[in-house]
Amino acid sequence: MTTLFIDGAVAEDPWVSIDGEQPVPEAEDVIVSLALFEAQRHALLTRNEGRLGVYLEADDQIDAIADDLGKIDLVALDFPSFADGRAFSKARLLRDRHGFAGEIRATGDVRIDQVQHMRRSGFNALAVHHQPTVDSLMEIKDAGLNLFYQPAIEGAEARSSSGGRSWARRAL
Amino acid sequence: MYRYDEFDREFVTSRVAQFRDQVERRVSGELTEDNFKPLRLQNGVYLQLHAYMLRVAVPYGTLNSSQMRMLGHIARKYDRDYGHFTTRQNIQFNWPKLADIPDILEDLASVEMHAIQTSGNCIRNVTADHLAGAAADEVADPRPYAEILRQWSTIHPEFLFLPRKFKIAVIGSPNDRAAMQFHDIGLEVRKNDAGELGLRVFVGGGLGRTPMIGKMIRDWLPEEDMLSYCEAILRVYNLYGRRDNKYKARIKILVHETGLDDLKKDIEAEFERIKDGVLKLPDEDVAAIAAYFAPSEFADLPAKDDGLEQAKLDNRSFARWVDRNVVEHAQSGYAIVTVALKGTGEAPGDATSAQMDVLADLGEKYSFDELRVSHEQNVILPHVQLSDLKAVYDALLEAGMASANAGLITDIIACPGLDYCALATARSIPVAQELSQRFADLDCQNDIGDLKLKISGCINACGHHHVGHIGILGVDRRGEELYQVTLGGSGDEQAAVGEIIGRGFSKDEIGDAVETIVDTYLARRLSDDEAFLETYRRLGPQPFKDALYPAKETA
Ligand code: HEM
Ligand code: SF4
Repeated sequence: MTTLFIDGAVAEDPWVSIDGEQPVPEAEDVIVSLALFEAQRHALLTRNEGRLGVYLEADDQIDAIADDLGKIDLVALDFPSFADGRAFSKARLLRDRHGFAGEIRATGDVRIDQVQHMRRSGFNALAVHHQPTVDSLMEIKDAGLNLFYQPAIEGAEARSSSGGRSWARRAL
Repeated sequence: MYRYDEFDREFVTSRVAQFRDQVERRVSGELTEDNFKPLRLQNGVYLQLHAYMLRVAVPYGTLNSSQMRMLGHIARKYDRDYGHFTTRQNIQFNWPKLADIPDILEDLASVEMHAIQTSGNCIRNVTADHLAGAAADEVADPRPYAEILRQWSTIHPEFLFLPRKFKIAVIGSPNDRAAMQFHDIGLEVRKNDAGELGLRVFVGGGLGRTPMIGKMIRDWLPEEDMLSYCEAILRVYNLYGRRDNKYKARIKILVHETGLDDLKKDIEAEFERIKDGVLKLPDEDVAAIAAYFAPSEFADLPAKDDGLEQAKLDNRSFARWVDRNVVEHAQSGYAIVTVALKGTGEAPGDATSAQMDVLADLGEKYSFDELRVSHEQNVILPHVQLSDLKAVYDALLEAGMASANAGLITDIIACPGLDYCALATARSIPVAQELSQRFADLDCQNDIGDLKLKISGCINACGHHHVGHIGILGVDRRGEELYQVTLGGSGDEQAAVGEIIGRGFSKDEIGDAVETIVDTYLARRLSDDEAFLETYRRLGPQPFKDALYPAKETA
């Protein structure tokens, strides 16, 4: 069972994941694998209806979709294990380097103790399997702190009032 | 010294509460050991052979007397009355109960200390020259930079699950006392011709199974760009560092496999993009942190103290201790004292709670309330008036900490080894103890002169054996402990990785082998002034091999 949270609230998932050989439905919101995206790039980018999302595995790099981000509405980044932190940097790059404003969705091994780090790195959606994490998120217990020693993605937090430290932040 | 403000206090307190919750969830079974592991590691809690181990951060090795006293209190109350100072300027407690750890962390927080990121695949406690702010050869105090890095790297959301651990060291003088070039990032604070402060940046150094000397990636980086540049390095490493094999996951391997030039392109491109952003350090903020480390209010004193000179004449043991354990201070009339935690036959770096109390008292009374932990597993009193040296010595003598062997062959670095460590392949402490006894005679040690002997209980090299002038690595050969010897390593500004000299020695042979090496040096040195490392560099390994393996000589 996967529960989707968007901006902290439980949400219905309008997106359909397409990974294998099946044809891409013309009018639906689809999330495709990078392999599928590369194979059918032109067709996918020129569909008339239905939004496009791309799912990147841990080994896939943002560069592979960077030029097309203007036409992509969602990027799903996989955590094959919570100990594999590559997706944090990818989310950061999507937001800060590429100015991507669409949905960035964390998939895979998403756990409560990482949720705040995900948000701070640019994720706004979480696809969660881990039941204790689902329960905690329902209670709005995100196990994080409110003070930060470094700026994360832009605009997410306020400058700390503690003087003399341009790098410190406080939760809004 | 750095002092917490409201922000730091609130941060550390809420972090303790967070960890308390995690420990409760572990104890209740909601968290499995697998899930708990990365969380406890980020709070300095290891599982060792016999018990949990707590590693407490001593940021860049600087602490005040109440902090030292608290470490003693923790040893007394929650542990077996001692602690172990490590080569990363931290302290480890070997026997805490998991359920007590939140309380220990709360005690630590009360004196502005924590155990955050002392383990795990994250940016570890930042180390620095242990003589910072006191050394006569210093260009600038490295600690403000280390403190800013400590803050920036603390719970950095992007860099908590790196391919592997990440270590940063900062020095502020051309003489490297922090093995800076053996860190993932090494920074040397320096001045340019215009008198501005900036950094020389090294990347990809490390010890472990593949020792590598860091490569210079920037000869000059303006101070204001320090965080942006480090963030760029970390981001590139996080994205591209290997995750398929933990032995190849450190940034040194990425540098080695990608090549410095190619990697530098990526790092510089990312740096170029972010350097004028939020991480750019405003002058006034650097100055505000630096103000915490402003020099103490030293008295105006002559460079020579007659009382001291007389005391040295009156007491030969004291004179010897001064010769070895006291070095010049930047301020006239003051000196830097090394308290060698290396008494004959003792475990290197261990101190009892009573000793920690004495150290705290001495720091408070004679050293402007400041102490340091050195990567050589000693404690430093950084600012002692010459006229107080005798009183300090007397107190140390009474507490069993007046070993006059700083920098000598018995000032051994040794990791915990098989007596504690779950990864060990051999014991290291007993070997250190035996060598310490064998060379105990001070005349003999002084005759041998400067010699760094370092011992690790496995290839992970926590005991820095690769950079020992004499390095000893304990390995397991079919169930038997075997000790491999390397020669010629050095962790200073002339960084070098020691060369393996030949087949290993059994535990019974290793003492004799070291003695043979030392005898060979004594017989071959040009004069008393030629130190072991110089002789080795001049002669190379052959004479030592010949002496160690005579039968092979004719082959
Ligand atoms: C429970 C005890 C310990 C464990 C499990 C442990 C584990 C490790 C491991 C696995 C490495 C190799 C990392 C790599 O090459 O990627 C390592 C390196 C190192 N550790 Fe430890 N260690 C322990 C205790 C210590 C102690 C007591 C010290 C200080 C005396 C220390 C300081 C270091 C240093 C300086 C290195 C090598 C530098 C480098 O990271 O390249 N460790 N440790
Ligand atoms: S070198 Fe090996 S034996 Fe020694 S502390 Fe490190 S991991 Fe343990």
